[in-house]
Amino acid sequence: MAEATFEVFRGDRDGGQATTYRVPIAPGMVVLDALHHIQAHQAPDLAVRWNCKAGKCGSCSAEVNGRPRLTCKTRMDALPLDKPITVQPMKSFPVIKDLVTDVSWNYRVNKKIPPFTPRPGVKWKMYQEDVDRGQEFRKCIECFLCQNVCHVLREHEKMEQFGGPRFFVRVAGLEMHPLDAISRTGMLKDELGIGLCNITKCCTEVCPEEIHITDNAIIPLKERVVDEFYDPLLMLVRKIRGAEQV
Amino acid sequence: MNTEYETHDCDVLIIGAGGAGLRAALGALAQGAKVGVVCKSLLGKAHTVMAEGGIAAAMANVDSADNWRTHFRDTMRGGKFLNNWRMAQIHAQEAPDRVRELEQWGALFDRTKDGEILQRAFGGHTFRRLCHVGDRTGLEMIRTLQDRGVQMGIDVFMECTVSRLLKDGDRIAGAFGYWREQGRFVVFRAKSIVMATGGIGKAYKITSNSWEYTGDGMALAYGAGAELLDMEFVQFHPTGMVWPPGVQGLLVTEAVRGEGGILRNKLGERFMEKYDPKRMELSTRDVVARSIYTEVREGRGTEHGGAFLDISQKPADYVKKKLPSMYHQFKELADVDITKGPMEVGPTCHYMMGGIRVEGETTQSTVPGLFAAGEAAAGLHGANRLGGNSLSDLLVFGRRAGIAAADHAKTVQTTTIDPRQVEDAAREILTPFERNKEDGENPYTVHRDLQDVMQNLVGIFRNREDLTRALDELEKLKVRAGRLSVEGSRMFNPGWHLAQDLKSMLIVSEAVTRSALAREESRGAHSRIDYPNLDTTWGTKNNVIERDGNAMRLRQTAVAEMPGELKQLVADEK
Repeated sequence: MAEATFEVFRGDRDGGQATTYRVPIAPGMVVLDALHHIQAHQAPDLAVRWNCKAGKCGSCSAEVNGRPRLTCKTRMDALPLDKPITVQPMKSFPVIKDLVTDVSWNYRVNKKIPPFTPRPGVKWKMYQEDVDRGQEFRKCIECFLCQNVCHVLREHEKMEQFGGPRFFVRVAGLEMHPLDAISRTGMLKDELGIGLCNITKCCTEVCPEEIHITDNAIIPLKERVVDEFYDPLLMLVRKIRGAEQV
Repeated sequence: MNTEYETHDCDVLIIGAGGAGLRAALGALAQGAKVGVVCKSLLGKAHTVMAEGGIAAAMANVDSADNWRTHFRDTMRGGKFLNNWRMAQIHAQEAPDRVRELEQWGALFDRTKDGEILQRAFGGHTFRRLCHVGDRTGLEMIRTLQDRGVQMGIDVFMECTVSRLLKDGDRIAGAFGYWREQGRFVVFRAKSIVMATGGIGKAYKITSNSWEYTGDGMALAYGAGAELLDMEFVQFHPTGMVWPPGVQGLLVTEAVRGEGGILRNKLGERFMEKYDPKRMELSTRDVVARSIYTEVREGRGTEHGGAFLDISQKPADYVKKKLPSMYHQFKELADVDITKGPMEVGPTCHYMMGGIRVEGETTQSTVPGLFAAGEAAAGLHGANRLGGNSLSDLLVFGRRAGIAAADHAKTVQTTTIDPRQVEDAAREILTPFERNKEDGENPYTVHRDLQDVMQNLVGIFRNREDLTRALDELEKLKVRAGRLSVEGSRMFNPGWHLAQDLKSMLIVSEAVTRSALAREESRGAHSRIDYPNLDTTWGTKNNVIERDGNAMRLRQTAVAEMPGELKQLVADEK
């Protein structure tokens, strides 16, 4: 039976290295199947996060041959099998063990974002064309691959100043909710650091749900920040009209 | 042995952070209780995310004739009248308010032309009742509840497994567990506990369920003395993927049929005409599952042992818009374009109607202070669950469990943790490390063998011979599971975690098998080849399982009778 060679990172916070395993290939196999085989037959303590195995829960994020991917959706027959396949943990987050990383920073950022806040007494009517945009953002399965690949976090480690693509998507979903009544534009500029994004679009490339993160979430939010804080003409207009600053 | 552990205090401890657990947390919090939520996976990744069909609620947004009475009737008929009628009534009455609440917390459902929440048709529902967003309603629900939970300030203890409930005399006192990350021990002191741990699918080889579904809550409750009910009723969803091998069992939502998908055998026949000509593909899941299984067994199955499910007759844009995750799932994992050709599908272990026995209005189990909601609890769905009724179940009974648990906590002055129970629990879970590899069993191998036993001997079609043999095999597996050996450290060690999960799976598997052996009739999801018909004497009984020392005892209890006006409602098809 055909076999594939895997080089899987084994280690923890203090370091580690790749260990080689050979795994038999079955039709339609995905990388997560291979990891399960390794656990069952060769390394019972290989730490792997997974849950649904159907690309819906976002648990199995890793880097396969250098690319951030969900291991349950990475087909073996889409990878070159004449070379070892490398499987590494997500680089942007501290390693806990093997392929499991500490993603708690994401949950901390999430807590800062003001939740959905409808106007009191609002009528609960919404039309499909008004919810289409928000529904795209709410497809997010929180796999954190976009956070992992973004150079602002991955290379420049700006976790204190930058919320990352996942949270721009979340804010976009809230800002574009037809019945949400508050503005998070100030927070986007300050705490979430949207200005640090320079539209490299790596996030969009790795999103397993194919959310158009940059084009549909980040750029429109950047435009709102510019409108509110950097456009002198609009500021003048607002002053003249005496409109309320939110 | 001096066991080190950290302690956390709360009024209400909720085990499980899916739809039911999170809704319970919100319910308890609203009553002013101090709430802790413990979950095995990361927050927001519970099995609820997989739910694709929708939330069944009689909102009457699409079919204005819909009302709670029809929903109640559909649920009772689907459950073949073994349901707890009071739960079915409450569920039908309260579901619409629970859906509206989700919307008020930010959920974005698909809309009707009038701007209301869109509802679609589903198997066994008389009217179009399933509130949905595409085919990802489960994700929408859990994300909304998670956001609301974060906003209200719930403490969530993620990636933590509870291995034993602690008691103070007869009452619940707390729970013992370990952090999956470090393997360190933790004790939660609590005045009430809500069990919201979901189902048991991982005891079967072919299942749509995720890694977490090892029946922990049912096993823990059983261990603490609570009764289990209806354990024989395991739902096999008719349409799981069958090929390639790695995705066997993965769910193909009933919504495909709700949106017009058609089932055919290898001869191109629309075979549901033979089994349920009135409802065809939208018959109840037990009927469709058995139909597909029968077609395959009689030689009319597809290449890989399933049936064809075809929705390519609908416009491609419509399919991609309404069933995007099905489109992607088949394209990426099976190289099938569902807008152009049929899918191969077959039965998969999907849902557990049975579980912890609870009182209908409060979800209190037979152990004071222990409550259960969602799939972990029994009673609402009877012998067979309708699609869409689980998501609504989570909201309705999750909320009730949280409220009742909080109210109960107010009546408790102090709880005392018994250090001997803690020591015993710690010693128990560490034993696999003490055994050498050569002298012990590999937990992965024992798990695989358990899955084969349940899949082959306690599956869709059962008989006495298979079930009796299954009990023997389970005894052997219990012995092997008592001799597990685990390598490595306590640091994020999946082999060690599996050793714990195996205990739960063995208990629930035995409960399922004993109950299936006892019920000598075919009803709902439970089919006996040797007793192929309904037996009216069994129609008034539920099977109850209880622990007696180290033994599992089974007895029957009478199905509670419905009041007159509800009886009339369901009258013409009993």
